[in-house]
Amino acid sequence: MVTHTVSERNQTGIINDDKALAWATASNVLDPEIPCVTVGELGIVRDIELIEDEVTVYVSPTYSGCPAVLAIEMAIETELLKVGFRPNIKRILSPPWTTDWISDVGREKLRKFGITPPVNASSKMGLFGKVNVECPRCSSNNTEKLSEFGSTACKAQYRCKNCLEPFDYFKCI
Amino acid sequence: MSKILTKALLELADDHLILGHRLSEWCGHAPLLEEDLALPNMGLDLIGTARSLYTYACQVEDKNKSEDDFAFLRNEREYVNCLLVERPNFNFAHTILKQLYFSVFMELYWAAALNSDDEMLVGIAGKAKKEMAYHVRHSGEWTVRLGDGTSVSNEKMLQAVNALHLYTNELFINTENSDTYISKNILPDRTSFKANWQKKIKTIFKQAFITYPNNNDELLGGRVGLHGEELGHLLASMQSVHRLHPGAQW
Repeated sequence: MVTHTVSERNQTGIINDDKALAWATASNVLDPEIPCVTVGELGIVRDIELIEDEVTVYVSPTYSGCPAVLAIEMAIETELLKVGFRPNIKRILSPPWTTDWISDVGREKLRKFGITPPVNASSKMGLFGKVNVECPRCSSNNTEKLSEFGSTACKAQYRCKNCLEPFDYFKCI
Repeated sequence: MSKILTKALLELADDHLILGHRLSEWCGHAPLLEEDLALPNMGLDLIGTARSLYTYACQVEDKNKSEDDFAFLRNEREYVNCLLVERPNFNFAHTILKQLYFSVFMELYWAAALNSDDEMLVGIAGKAKKEMAYHVRHSGEWTVRLGDGTSVSNEKMLQAVNALHLYTNELFINTENSDTYISKNILPDRTSFKANWQKKIKTIFKQAFITYPNNNDELLGGRVGLHGEELGHLLASMQSVHRLHPGAQW
């Protein structure tokens, strides 16, 4: 592994600002369970503080029990070390992460990957309430929920009744 | 902050860890593949919340302690979870009803905790409340499906109500440890949720053709460490790896 100090890296002229470099480095880490999007696009990286080469990254976990949290924190730490920072990861719970923080680019990437991005706040729904979930493949709204919980805590399982393909829906929280 | 707050936090944390572990026991045993995913996933939510609470308890009491000390190195009598959460899974109807009772209560509790003067608790509540909304929907929909299903599924729901309802009163009792922090507006007052909890449960029961029990039977003891035999079995299995390899890291 080639290790540059921050100033060496900056001289390469890729990014001419330490804070921007730290932000970009941390944000570009891929989500280990949904590797089509970065943690930046998911809105997990909340803030960055930089004092000389010591960078503090504030991350907001998606679900309380998300097993990816530790993997994401370690990946951010590793990437920052590679470009010469001394990283320090701080987990923040408040305000709680919400699917509203997923960027438009992130949403589009999820759709292309076959995961329908979140639609609206589910906490307001009553029993047997329905969300209008669009199939990521054929864009049909003729879909049905198979299970409230899918392959990861943040996704539900749906099936498209038009193209008959099953798909994941990124739940709204 | 003090040891008293730690004790009050442990009541909440133990409820979540023990119920989370009970849900994890369904992994590979649920009646449907979808439920095999759903139940352990909800267990993850609960264990995640428990971890946040244990970690906070460590910060409050003793920075040399870790969440693992609380989860894996305490014995039955030191656990202060309510009796409801430690009840064995028995069958799917029992599990669903247990989830319904607990998640309807916790959704009210976390909503109130959002107004706490304690920043850390507000943070934990913000996440947990959203997750509880899902759990309430999951167990509520299943309660209706089973209650309004076949004569067998209805009968199993009625048996579950008979077996579990007497454990619900413990949810609404404040302990001496939490009283100190209720008056300081740090922890919510458990007694204040009873009316809304009953209202919500009654609405769901009505849809599910289940009669809400009229008696006032109750069984208490969990908050002072007096548990059923089943908690010992649960802890033995949950703690065995940690106790075999004390301090192991990877």
